[in-house]
Amino acid sequence: MTTETKREITYLEAVREALVQEMRTDKEVFLIGEDVGTYGGAFGVSKGMLEEFGPERVRDTPISEAAIAGAATGAALMGMRPVMEVMFMDFLTISTNQLVNAAAKMRFMFGGKCSIPMVIRAPSGSGTGAAAQHSQSLEAWFVNVPGIKVVAPSTPYDAKGMLISAIRDNNPVLFMEHKLLYRMKGLVPEEPYSIPLKSADVKREGRDLTIVAYSIMVPRALEAAEKLAAEDIDIEVVDPRSLNPLDEETIIRSVSKTGRVLIAHEAPRTGGFGGELAAMIAESEAFDFLDVPIRRLAGRNVPIPYNRTLERAAVPQVEDIVAAARALAQEGK
Amino acid sequence: MTVLTPESENVSTSSNRLLHELPREKLAWMLQRMCEIRYFEEKAEDLYIRGLVHGTMHLSIGQEAGSVGSIATLWPEDLIIHHHRGHGHTIAKGADLTTMMAEFLGKETGYCRGRGGSMHIADIPGGNLGATGVVGGGIPTAVGIALALQMRRSEQILLSYFGDGATNEGEFHESLNMASTWKLPVVFICDNNQYGMSMHVSKVMNIKNISTRAASYGIPGITVDGNDVLAVYEAVLEADERARSGQGPSLVDCLSYRWRGHSKSDRNLYRTAQEIDDWKHKCPIRRFKKVLVEAAIMTNDEVEAIDQAAKTAVDRAAEEALTFPEPSPENMEDEVYAP
Repeated sequence: MTTETKREITYLEAVREALVQEMRTDKEVFLIGEDVGTYGGAFGVSKGMLEEFGPERVRDTPISEAAIAGAATGAALMGMRPVMEVMFMDFLTISTNQLVNAAAKMRFMFGGKCSIPMVIRAPSGSGTGAAAQHSQSLEAWFVNVPGIKVVAPSTPYDAKGMLISAIRDNNPVLFMEHKLLYRMKGLVPEEPYSIPLKSADVKREGRDLTIVAYSIMVPRALEAAEKLAAEDIDIEVVDPRSLNPLDEETIIRSVSKTGRVLIAHEAPRTGGFGGELAAMIAESEAFDFLDVPIRRLAGRNVPIPYNRTLERAAVPQVEDIVAAARALAQEGK
Repeated sequence: MTVLTPESENVSTSSNRLLHELPREKLAWMLQRMCEIRYFEEKAEDLYIRGLVHGTMHLSIGQEAGSVGSIATLWPEDLIIHHHRGHGHTIAKGADLTTMMAEFLGKETGYCRGRGGSMHIADIPGGNLGATGVVGGGIPTAVGIALALQMRRSEQILLSYFGDGATNEGEFHESLNMASTWKLPVVFICDNNQYGMSMHVSKVMNIKNISTRAASYGIPGITVDGNDVLAVYEAVLEADERARSGQGPSLVDCLSYRWRGHSKSDRNLYRTAQEIDDWKHKCPIRRFKKVLVEAAIMTNDEVEAIDQAAKTAVDRAAEEALTFPEPSPENMEDEVYAP
């Protein structure tokens, strides 16, 4: 891959490009979901795809999230590679029986004699004023279900490469797309490429403190790191990119180097994935290198509120990360 | 196919025509499968009582005509997806009795290598795409299987089985609507044994016949005497032809009765011994035997020879399956994800 082929596109365009390129090369891949056809998807991800691939492969559905998930699961069981779009991650609550009890379990429950190669694309997260039922980050639920993979890329480059990997993966992969990331721009190669799912990425190198962040928290952590650089606090930002499978090694290596770790995510703190990350670090050899206790910065334990000020206050913002990272970097010094 | 009104009490039964139209071998095959299902379930129950089968099981004794009559209509390459009370479908679809019994016994050589058990038997190469233990949970998956068949322009069809209780699930509604809208090659078959665990259908729905629900999806619906194997055959065959020719799904409601409790914890507090006894008198196997003999298709001895062959096959399967090795708990994690 050469840099010459890269050009700046948005996260949303990167997702679309991955879909289009995989659908061009593999006729078993198709997109299914509410308003993905003529409408182009609620957020415009599939704009123009109906024209290229037709209504069979860019398939509009009734408003039936259980049946959509079942349609994807059954087609995957037959060896196709469906990509299901749920309009908002919150609506996966309706699909959950198919995803958790069928898609995730069939392979194991049937003695390893089948596989379910499907992708569930789920626009997630708050910050759009959509309130409690259109703003959730439900990754922790699915991470606790063996049989389903969960990824949450934070850049256009990662989104394209990981969606291609997810489509080619022979298992159900929940692919989280934070709605605020859709308009983020970045350099993305035009040709198809894949990024292994189990590969954390060091988004910024630093020596004083590690921030483990994923999805929308990555750009916020990077912005916080720039601010703190002015205070001579050198922060390393590690993006796991995939929560399950989790590249533990990259995280452990970073924490072992810096001796301090802040974990940041948008989902509510209690039962959030940060607890799993903290436990994993505490159980690893990185524990011996920790100068101070592991800290978590997560969403408050509330449904996402509508009011702009309340909504901002419900999840970590750049200034929250700055404050938490600064305090952690100075702790015990 | 008759579309019933909500008030209708019509239950379709078979004509004598089929008895003479179907090859004798086909009728013998049907009887043998019905007997195998009966003996298999009785054997499984016996092994359970003796502590050799773990967990629970859901017996379909009394409902054998539904699974055999429907699967008898299929081409070998056709598919089924079904539910927790699925031993009948599994045997009718051609399962190897020994491999199936091995699964009940939790053996490594079972259909699911002891990971699924009675409630989750699948025989993917044999076209049995698995039993789900969540009521109605197989119906949305059926939509996807049928969608794949349609997208690949396959001539295969799918039978999707569920119980009466499942028709009260949201997944039933979403799936029948979607399958009908897209004219998918699937036949929805309600194994109506009249009870969702303890709840009689009359307590959980305000309609007489479940088949009338088909009207809301714009598809044909029919209620058949589910203890009449030929009536089931006739109704499902018509639905198959519709599915195979691109006209979309149908709903076939096979009205029957389970003699045993819902599962092994059931004490039958919600129904009378008299009611169970009345239905035992409507035994689908005894009825089919009688019909075959009366129509002079087979002699009584021939019918009983088939019965005996089924019993022997089941006994042998159980004997052999008991000798198989247990699976090892090592490396279980490696099986969760496909490479």
